[in-house]
Amino acid sequence: METTPQSPADEKPLVLLSQPLFPEFAAALAGRYRFVLAADADAAAAAVARVLLVPGLAPVTAEHLARLPALELVAGTSVGVDHVDLDNCRSRGLSVTNAGPAFAVDSADYAVGLVVAVLRRVAAADAYVRRGRWAADGDYPLATKVSGKRVGIVGLGNIGSRVARRLAAFGCAVSYHSRSPKPSSPYTFVPALLDLAAGSDVLVLSCALTDETKHMVNRTVMEALGKDGVLINVGRGGLVDEPELVRCLRDGAIGGAGLDVYANEPAVPPELFGMDNVVLSDHRAVITPESIRGVLEVVTANLDAFFSGRPLVSPVQL
Amino acid sequence: MASAIAAATAPPTGAQHSVLLLRRANDYLAATLRARYRVLSFYDSGAPLPAFLAASAALEPEPPRAALVVGGGAIRLDTAFLDAAPYLRCVVTTAAGLDHVDLAECARRGVLVAGAGEVFSTDVADHAVGLLIDVLRNVSAADRYVRRGLWPVQGDYPLGSKLAGKRVGIIGLGSIGSSIAKRLKAFGCVIQYHSRRPKDGVSFGYFHDMISLATESDALIVVCALNDQTRHIVNKEVLGALGKDGVVVNIARGGNIDEAELISALREGKIAGAGLDVFEKEPVVPAEFFSMDNVVLTAHEAVFTTESGSDLCDLMIGNLEAFFDGRALLTPVLPK
Repeated sequence: METTPQSPADEKPLVLLSQPLFPEFAAALAGRYRFVLAADADAAAAAVARVLLVPGLAPVTAEHLARLPALELVAGTSVGVDHVDLDNCRSRGLSVTNAGPAFAVDSADYAVGLVVAVLRRVAAADAYVRRGRWAADGDYPLATKVSGKRVGIVGLGNIGSRVARRLAAFGCAVSYHSRSPKPSSPYTFVPALLDLAAGSDVLVLSCALTDETKHMVNRTVMEALGKDGVLINVGRGGLVDEPELVRCLRDGAIGGAGLDVYANEPAVPPELFGMDNVVLSDHRAVITPESIRGVLEVVTANLDAFFSGRPLVSPVQL
Repeated sequence: MASAIAAATAPPTGAQHSVLLLRRANDYLAATLRARYRVLSFYDSGAPLPAFLAASAALEPEPPRAALVVGGGAIRLDTAFLDAAPYLRCVVTTAAGLDHVDLAECARRGVLVAGAGEVFSTDVADHAVGLLIDVLRNVSAADRYVRRGLWPVQGDYPLGSKLAGKRVGIIGLGSIGSSIAKRLKAFGCVIQYHSRRPKDGVSFGYFHDMISLATESDALIVVCALNDQTRHIVNKEVLGALGKDGVVVNIARGGNIDEAELISALREGKIAGAGLDVFEKEPVVPAEFFSMDNVVLTAHEAVFTTESGSDLCDLMIGNLEAFFDGRALLTPVLPK
């Protein structure tokens, strides 16, 4: 295929964008690549573009991808890439990369923060004290121990493995469920999610959202987790049947939840706002200034590798 | 008064040892005690403390040799107390701290003291780490933000700050401080500490003065006992040395920090945030904290979980039985 004539100014490789770049990204990457918003790309650019950078969570559909016949790589800046039509990528033989381990540490830290916040009622106690109720109404009710709790981790990847290591340091007993066992992991593999839930006090979701995992946490799983059990979700809202979660919390079928992700962000089921045994966050588990720099490094590494024909740094298995 | 004491509890059967109960006992604690001992409960007696202690001296066949007391400032086991209860030979305290017991006076009189051992250590350590994560990553603040419905309206809450690589200065490396260190190492924090003397067999960096520790730390965690040397150990100078990106977590005693200076430092942006489970005048918390989003406040609950309550009860009974059997205390504070 004829490429458009290249002047020195055009020698930077062309990268299409599914949505605008964050200012920090734009500043860091502008000198190295030529960015064009896919929606604004002229016919010539669309015909030759080999890379689509997806710097956010706006959906990338089969229709979007169909407009780019020369496409070879879809590079994401998030850990979860369920907003990209992966089936379409697979059938077209496209490579897909994600943020790799860039967010793993911060996600794991936040997941543990949610575990402690829910079990020890930190956020609820903070609200209690702030309203002057300690002096007026006496001590906040007892919370429950973190150390020694049985923790079940769903998805033992970059994030799940770090959650495991942190909670093991708290003296928790850690088991996990994933597509296949990890032989190098010191934790107990549990083949069935239902069994993991039944044997856990805390269930942490840190796996990808796929057709297989959508709504994997349903009423049956939550009832197995039980009335003293706590659900922590730092994966994707779609992993949980959200209306059912609200019902289980309301009915006391489970003991509490720490949620960073929801089915329809930024909408959060308002019934949760009145619950003391729930800690809510605005999909921020991954975000610290240092992790943004980390993502930039991974994205740059993937793009550089692609354009120089080297193996990708953080390919997603499709 | 004597009749009020006698009416408090009648011993079930036979001769049992008597025990002074100087705390508001929850049902489980009281029931467990009453199954084994004749319990003289101060709070049930309704008498003033000196009268209660004097009346207990007259108890037949023998006065109570052991007393169970809680911390938190309500009752102080000081010279006045010990003078009023010379029959007492053993004090069992159920608090994590010992600042309510005059240990020097007890030692002088040969009064045994049993503490809470490490019953609380893991729970306090868990809570301390939870507070640190909360302050650095704005967990409670984000929870408030989402609950107020602001996420769809104002977008994401501001970024927090990473834990990994943070230099955490632990003030007091006893069993709680060590448990905190163990947990934070798994988060990739750099651990360093200050205590009266360096600890043998510990690889963490030791700082022999607080200003140096604060200067070289991104976070300070107060885990030391409250005594004359440690009152206001975190003061204006230490907060200044910690710096505008630094945070402080206190799960020890309110008196370990100069609370007024802390409020100023926060208000003026001289430090970045604080996580506080204890205050100088509990349960009164300075209202200045209530409008600060970079502060996390909990109600002196680091020690309290449903599990530690029953662990503590078992330990307390174990210590009393050891004392009455003439065996060594399970968790002796005195004799050392």
